[in-house]
Amino acid sequence: MSSASYIRFELLRTFRNRRFFLFSFGFPLVLYFLIAAPNRHVHSLNRSGISAPLYYMVGLAAFGSMNAMLATGARIAAERQVGWNRQLRTTPLTPRTYFRAKVLTAYVVAVGSLVLLALAGTVLGVRLPAHEWLRMGWLMLVGLIPFAVIGVAIGHLVAADSIGPVIGGTLALFAFLGGVWFPISGSGTLHDIAQALPSYWLVQAAHVALGGGGWTSRGWLVVAAWTAAMLVVAVRAYRRDTARA
Amino acid sequence: MRAVRGIDATVTAGETVALLGPNGAGKSTTLDILLGLLDPDGGSATVFGMSPSDAVSSGVVGAMLQTGGLIRDLRVRELVTMMASLYPDPLDVDEVLALTGTEPVADRLTQKLSGGQVQRVRFALALVANPELLVLDEPTAAMDVEGRREFWTTMRDFASRGKTILFATHYLEEADAYADRAVLMARGRVVADGPTTEIKALVGTRTIRATLPGVPLEQLERLDGVSHAERRGEAVILACSDSDAAIRALLAAYPEARDIEITGAGLEEAFLILTEDGEDE
Repeated sequence: MSSASYIRFELLRTFRNRRFFLFSFGFPLVLYFLIAAPNRHVHSLNRSGISAPLYYMVGLAAFGSMNAMLATGARIAAERQVGWNRQLRTTPLTPRTYFRAKVLTAYVVAVGSLVLLALAGTVLGVRLPAHEWLRMGWLMLVGLIPFAVIGVAIGHLVAADSIGPVIGGTLALFAFLGGVWFPISGSGTLHDIAQALPSYWLVQAAHVALGGGGWTSRGWLVVAAWTAAMLVVAVRAYRRDTARA
Repeated sequence: MRAVRGIDATVTAGETVALLGPNGAGKSTTLDILLGLLDPDGGSATVFGMSPSDAVSSGVVGAMLQTGGLIRDLRVRELVTMMASLYPDPLDVDEVLALTGTEPVADRLTQKLSGGQVQRVRFALALVANPELLVLDEPTAAMDVEGRREFWTTMRDFASRGKTILFATHYLEEADAYADRAVLMARGRVVADGPTTEIKALVGTRTIRATLPGVPLEQLERLDGVSHAERRGEAVILACSDSDAAIRALLAAYPEARDIEITGAGLEEAFLILTEDGEDE
């Protein structure tokens, strides 16, 4: 029995799915070039001292990686549609290995999309010191954990025929309320809501590249709480998910 | 709604047992409980002395469910290897590909397979587990004649290794040809359990239907060749062990019988007659 072999094939499947890859990687990339390329000579966006290519790279890094994580849900829903979850449940595959494979696959796609965006940023003239790339990178990896779990949970809760809108809506809501598209002001109701969302902290992680301070202790707490809560939901959804389609 | 009630049956190691019944008899529900996919509301199921989910976790059970497709973006050989990696003592992947006739499509992506090929691959996934107990839920339902024949040849070979096989089917002929024993299910309960020859005699009967008001059923059941009688309004239905003898006896005793039909009872019909005495909920 080897979980390594199982995970290897799960990864192989993901790499084979060209359409999935094209959209996971291509979409943020195309969006980035569309928005940032015409503004690549704007060195101080709204006199903030931050260049347009850097600002948009950071925003799309948060959006693209979040998208890659949630997309796991769509893949799971498609597997459930053909009854594969029931097939797996008649094997000794442990929930732990199953979750590990799904999360790892999601991370590979998310990291790939982050690296591509960083390269695209470099092409458009973004220059950051190595330690800032690293700090932004690893904080984002941590910030993505809750989204990995949310992706798995949604995949086991929602049927394939409605998974598209559910993931799209979830992504839009998280992105909008978390300040991916426009900054959240420093106070008010929206600010309070934003601070309770993992997407806000993912954006803060990305903003390290803009000179942001990273996470406060509240940030760590919110990310940990969402991870724990969604893990409970995901595990329960997985366990209950044995009915005939 | 209750799909099954009071299933009480034991399968001995090394046996090949058919779970026989018409659609909706509760066969799949029973197998789902046995595979740990469904918890019974009452009662218990044990597999090799373990709970179903423990048995599944320990890798002694292999299953081919009634419905289901394959995940995409893997070649057949890769998918079989992936599933083999989950079991403690799997069969050799190439051997399984050969046994299940999936060798010619081993390098094809799963989404490019025909329906019959998918069915063979699903069988390969169950077989590669090298399980002590192989559970098959209507395995041949989507197979062509050729596929069916090959399938049962492979099954016989697997059974000869001392493995236990439990398969659900609604074909009496399949149960008769390939099982040592058949457990007959109808309307969620076991209505008969025994060697397939007995079961065949029990359900492989003909029925006589005739309009015959006012005759008590006990008298009809005493007629030669009649094993069971029941009434539907003015009509009576006689389940016969020997329909030739029965029709002669019927007409001799009750010349007024009319609208007579003699039919070979399908499995479904035979089940209905067998279970007619049972209370309806």
